[in-house]
Parts: sequence; C-alpha cells; structure tokens
Amino acid sequence: MKHFLDITKETCPMTFVKVKLRLAKMNAGEQIEVLLNEGEPLQNVPRSCEEQGYKVLSIEPTDNKHHLLLIEK
Amino acid sequence: MNQAASDKKKISIVCFSGEFDKMLAAYTIATGAAATNREVTMFFTFWGLNALKKERGRKSMGKDALSRLFNWLMGGRNNLPLSRLNFAGASPKLMGGMMRKNNVAQLDELMEAASELGIRHFACEMSMHILGISKDDLIDDVQSVVGVATFLNESEDAHIIFI
Repeated sequence: MKHFLDITKETCPMTFVKVKLRLAKMNAGEQIEVLLNEGEPLQNVPRSCEEQGYKVLSIEPTDNKHHLLLIEK
Repeated sequence: MNQAASDKKKISIVCFSGEFDKMLAAYTIATGAAATNREVTMFFTFWGLNALKKERGRKSMGKDALSRLFNWLMGGRNNLPLSRLNFAGASPKLMGGMMRKNNVAQLDELMEAASELGIRHFACEMSMHILGISKDDLIDDVQSVVGVATFLNESEDAHIIFI
C-alpha cells in the first residue's frame, strides 16, 4: 500500500512532525510519497527519515518548487 | 530500524515563563526535536504551569484565598500574554490570526503533536504547592509531578534549554 502526504502548505516544525506521525502509523514495508517544498523541508525531511532508519527510495522534482519524496518504512 | 530509546539524543526544556510566544518556542523546539528522533522532556514550573491547566480560561483554584486570586489572575492557556507588546491581551489574539494566515502551527496544534510524539511532560511539585494546583487541575499529558532532583536525573546526558 502506498500512502501520500502533502506538506507543501506546512511550515517548520509541522513539516517533519507530520511525516514522522504518518510514518509511525504505517506498517513496516509500506511506502509513502511526500510532496514537499524546496529549501528547509527538502534538506531536512529526507535526512531525518534516514536517521530514523527509514529508506529514502527517491527524490524527484515535480516542478520548479516542489519535490516528491518516496520513503519506505 | 529505529534506535533504541537509550541511544537517542536527549533534550529537556524547562518551561518557566509561560508567555504565549515563549510557549510556542518551547513546543516548536520540542516537537521538532521529537520528530527528528530525540527524546524530549518538558518540565513546567511557575508561570509555565498555566499552559497546562485543564481550565483554559480564568478560574479561581487553589487552597487559600491568595492562591485562588493568583490562579484567577493568571488564567489558563487562553490567557497567556505575549512577552512583548502584549497590549492587555490583545496581541496574542492578533498574533494567532497572523499565524493562521501564514499557515504556522498554533499552540494547540503543537501541543497535540507533542502528545502524539510521546513527549514527556513533568510538572514542578514546588510551584504547584505554592499555587495550590493539583495534578487533577492539569491536562492528562502531564505524566507526573516531580521535584528538581527527578527532573535532573531524567535529564542526565540531555541538553537542557530554559525558556
């Protein structure tokens, strides 16, 4: 099952708080796509996910300002 | 695999001031730290306790006339003043509106996230004694009422931030 979360309208710290809370509710092996803004979220969300042992499978730009991050729990 | 709790970096935040903007700062750091895999403890003392009262408005509570007056004057989460330019309580409402307009998390939202993230809330025994507040007067997120020795033991190896 693939989950989806849009954090483009969130600001610090709710960007990675929402990702963390959603990941906590997922089962191991499940994947989530996170749509995020460039800058602070793009720099820190993937890094904090990796630090917590989640797999960052890909980061793809969707347009000039947004990126789609694929994470596996 | 997640790190074991004992391997996590630790942050302890002493919430002393209890002003609206300082509580926002405390909860922003707390939730940000917990979301980035740190073990977070918040210790509420003196004015900081006002943010944790179940009663969000002004309520006379306490064991004697003076503590009842103090608690009524201080109020709860809805009465937290801004640390600067408070203008008799008007500014926190204006600030709340500006935060909503800019999609910045409100104090309620941050406190809810703190609860979901498992942030530990301790209340200061001594301040509660002075103000005549009991644990039943505080929100359920308050894990226990402790003294400074317990707080320091629980904060061993932690960065301690005083707000």
